[in-house]
Amino acid sequence: MITLTINGKEVHTPKGSTILEACQQNGIPIPTLCYDPDLRLAGSCRMCLVEIKGRPLYAASCVTPAENGIVVETESPGIVAARKVILELLSARHKFNCQVCEKNGDCKFQDYCYQYGIKESRFIYGEATNYGINDPNPFIERDYNKCIMCTRCVRACEEITAARAINVENRGHHAKISTAFDGNLADSSCLFCGQCVMVCPTGALTSKVSAGLGRAYEVDKVLTTCSYCGTGCTLELNVKNNRVVGVTSNRTATGSPVNKGALCVKGRFGWDFINSPDRLTTPLIKENGQFREAGWDEALDLVAKRLGEVKNEFGPDSMAVFTSARVTNEENYVAQKFTRAVLGTNNVDHCARL
Amino acid sequence: MVNIQNIILSFRDKPGGIIEAFHAVQKEYNYLPEETIAVAAGTFGISEAQAFGVATFYSYLSVAKRGKYVIRMCESAPCHIAGAEALIKAFEEALEIKVGETTADGKFTLELTECVGQCQDTPVITINSVPYVNLDPAQVPAVLALCQ
Amino acid sequence: MTEEKRIVLRNADLINPKKIEDYMQAGGYQGLEKARLMSRSDLIAEIKKSNLRGRGGAAFNCGLKWSFVPTDAPVSYVVCNFDEGEPGTYKDRIIVQKDPQSLLEGMAICGHAVNSKQGYIYCRGEYPYVVELLNLAIDQARGKGLLGDFDIEVRMGGGAYVCGEETALIESIEGHRGEPRFKPPFPGVAGLWAQPTVVNNVETFANLPSIVLNGPEWFAAIGAPNYPGTKVLTLTGDVANRVSIEVPTTATLREIIYDFGGGIKEGKKFKAVQVGGTSGGFIPESLLDTPIDFDSMRGIGATLGTGAVFVMDETRDIVDITTRIAKFFEHESCGKCNPCREGTFRAYEIMKKINNGKAVAQDIENLTILSQVMEKACLCGLGQAAPAPILTTLKHFYPEYQARLQIH
Ligand SMILES: Cc1cc2nc3c(=O)[nH]c(=O)nc-3n(C[C@H](O)[C@H](O)[C@H](O)COP(=O)(O)O)c2cc1C
Ligand code: SF4
Ligand code: SF4
Ligand code: SF4
Ligand code: SF4
Ligand code: FES
Ligand code: FES
Repeated sequence: MITLTINGKEVHTPKGSTILEACQQNGIPIPTLCYDPDLRLAGSCRMCLVEIKGRPLYAASCVTPAENGIVVETESPGIVAARKVILELLSARHKFNCQVCEKNGDCKFQDYCYQYGIKESRFIYGEATNYGINDPNPFIERDYNKCIMCTRCVRACEEITAARAINVENRGHHAKISTAFDGNLADSSCLFCGQCVMVCPTGALTSKVSAGLGRAYEVDKVLTTCSYCGTGCTLELNVKNNRVVGVTSNRTATGSPVNKGALCVKGRFGWDFINSPDRLTTPLIKENGQFREAGWDEALDLVAKRLGEVKNEFGPDSMAVFTSARVTNEENYVAQKFTRAVLGTNNVDHCARL
Repeated sequence: MVNIQNIILSFRDKPGGIIEAFHAVQKEYNYLPEETIAVAAGTFGISEAQAFGVATFYSYLSVAKRGKYVIRMCESAPCHIAGAEALIKAFEEALEIKVGETTADGKFTLELTECVGQCQDTPVITINSVPYVNLDPAQVPAVLALCQ
Repeated sequence: MTEEKRIVLRNADLINPKKIEDYMQAGGYQGLEKARLMSRSDLIAEIKKSNLRGRGGAAFNCGLKWSFVPTDAPVSYVVCNFDEGEPGTYKDRIIVQKDPQSLLEGMAICGHAVNSKQGYIYCRGEYPYVVELLNLAIDQARGKGLLGDFDIEVRMGGGAYVCGEETALIESIEGHRGEPRFKPPFPGVAGLWAQPTVVNNVETFANLPSIVLNGPEWFAAIGAPNYPGTKVLTLTGDVANRVSIEVPTTATLREIIYDFGGGIKEGKKFKAVQVGGTSGGFIPESLLDTPIDFDSMRGIGATLGTGAVFVMDETRDIVDITTRIAKFFEHESCGKCNPCREGTFRAYEIMKKINNGKAVAQDIENLTILSQVMEKACLCGLGQAAPAPILTTLKHFYPEYQARLQIH
């Protein structure tokens, strides 16, 4: 264990922890923009700066090891002044339109500007950033006029999805997130998984599919399992007025044990069918060549009866069950159990074997 | 001209050799033609986005087509007070282009640079990396005449 | 009067840099031979005792830096920082062009001390003609078997001042964008390809053969006790003689400008000197009697840095020059961290506004606050040092700023 002093209080943290981790373990809030617990550290946004007694420079707490005996201040006047300057510098290049921004209410940058009282920037000198925002793909809106260059998207694309579609081009103030030759995502190795959208702390990357359908604070978040394939990723359905208006990521290991929030294009963006009028909402029974709506009890009774008749007349091995990779493991388990124990046959197989 | 693929492949076994490969391509072509990025990315096992990020990070490398003679004019402080601005203007007027542009015949490109390490004899320019020192605007026509 | 003293440039203009035989005749590679007879720990202890401090700007004790390399590291690297991007600086070029073997011998000595088999020289891309010379020198040394199992490869930079920062340099050798890494880990523990790596400046390495040969006491007795030895300086700007010289570190700025530089050109009066390159502080007349050693310079709020001495005469416009310097940092910021990427850009915009006579007092206040935050909040030395010219000119030449303000 390491013992250090933070804001006048002695705290303990396991060896190898950073100062940020020591703060998190002890309930001391630190603002972070580039830090993401699932990604390689960057130490670049400098929002998490703290003051360490005896050191002339401020330290980025996300990349500075907690050491025995150090004395740390997380909200000293100097630190607060530095964070304000950083937020003002970012504000000076930021296209604020929170009133229509998809990220409003769920935006770290907005939160910190509020927390530190950034009404206006003292550093609006020279030209504002003015990037075009027309990437004609159906899924991801890219507005780099709201980008704070935290590079979380680049790291997520590389480290979570391994698509490596985006990187930083140019340098200094002209540095920008881009594909090779600053083209469209569709012309790159992008898979439209949306991991970049998931990690972006601002409205620079947002979902086009959800645009205009609801604010983060208006929706209920309902965890469910994606029905597209058998991987079983957890989706976080955003539900507003009993309608699904988006899918976001629950990134906790408990909430999303299979995928920790990472999704593919289908799970993240392919949910609009849920509200389609073509969807079946009740079982249908075919009579005289025509389907009619039925209740579950009636439908299941009918199926049970007919299966029983087949089993009696032709024997259990006259039946077979074939299951799908698009349902979960648990459902597949239930299906084989039903086949063996109820139907009484070993004729069970799965599409993934073919 | 040597094939870009061959140039880059010759650096394949150098770990981290992509920048050396870019230098070699640029030596031949005066800039990095578009295919350089994809070939280099493939050769060094990185993404095209990353290769592009590397190429655009370094100001000595150019992904834009440039002229046969790349004239870079130092504007760092020692050259600045020695009259770099007047020199820059003289080149712009003589070539009838602005900094960052290439003459219509594709012969000259004008660029600004920071210090090139010849500050004992300011102001300084380089033409295709060869330094020319102690210049004054009146010498510009003579310097351009050297480029044939 | 202080005399020139040549350690690093001891062979300059006396030998043919293209002929290793000349170097050998002048006592070359005897330092390496002696070093190889010492144990690694003894060699490191000797260098530590000489108190040779890095000549690349940060003045870290060279032997101490080497001692951070774990003794059981299976692979380690020796990297020579020959990026020399600091405007007004060309001393490393002079050292290499006049005597490339001194650098190679110094690197091989370091290689022995940290048990490294591979050295890299990272030479700025603007020096292709020096790269040729270095490759020739390496071939000659290799051909004579002098380097033993230590090999050296030259890598070229691509026009990025930030790549002089040691971790950005390492990134660049690895073929990446030259963005600095956060520290720790320091290169001595995890540097090039995550292996222990020593990064030293050309001049630091070039000092080593003489130190090993003549002993640490000899070196420690030269110049200032806290920063012993000599420093190669490059005089630029409005001095009569724009030369490079090597002087003991006890020499004062006044001696350097007036005795070696021949005073101000065309009989004009002195106004300011910026030492250490474009990231150094501006120094007024009243502080010219300060010796150039690292600690004395720091004591007056300046830095020795690379040893560039940029002199400005009475006619020079401090605000205009500082604006030009602000553009340098705007151009060279790597863009990784917020305070520098955005800060250098806005600082340049504010300086332009002041320089154009459009600014009011509030603009200077904003610039000052920005500068003070950048010094402490930026990730690497570039952003931390970028405000120095602004803050020191505001301090010593405030009337020039004031005269530019709009009257309200
Ligand atoms: C922005 C920046 C640029 C630098 N440029 C150089 C350089 O061109 N050459 C150099 O030797 N050191 C340079 N340094 C210092 C290096 O980071 C490092 O301290 C030095 O190479 C260590 O060598 P030394 O101990 O022998 O001085 C630079 C540092 C910074 C922050
Ligand atoms: S959608 Fe996925 S693949 Fe495409 S850029 Fe974002 S993270 Fe990379
Ligand atoms: S797009 Fe978003 S995640 Fe990517 S760098 Fe910008 S702010 Fe960060
Ligand atoms: S990104 Fe955040 S701060 Fe910017 S407009 Fe959107 S909600 Fe507002
Ligand atoms: S201080 Fe400047 S140069 Fe250094 S890491 Fe930050 S942006 Fe890059
Ligand atoms: S969160 Fe620590 S630097 Fe960004
Ligand atoms: S300042 Fe122009 S070459 Fe150094």
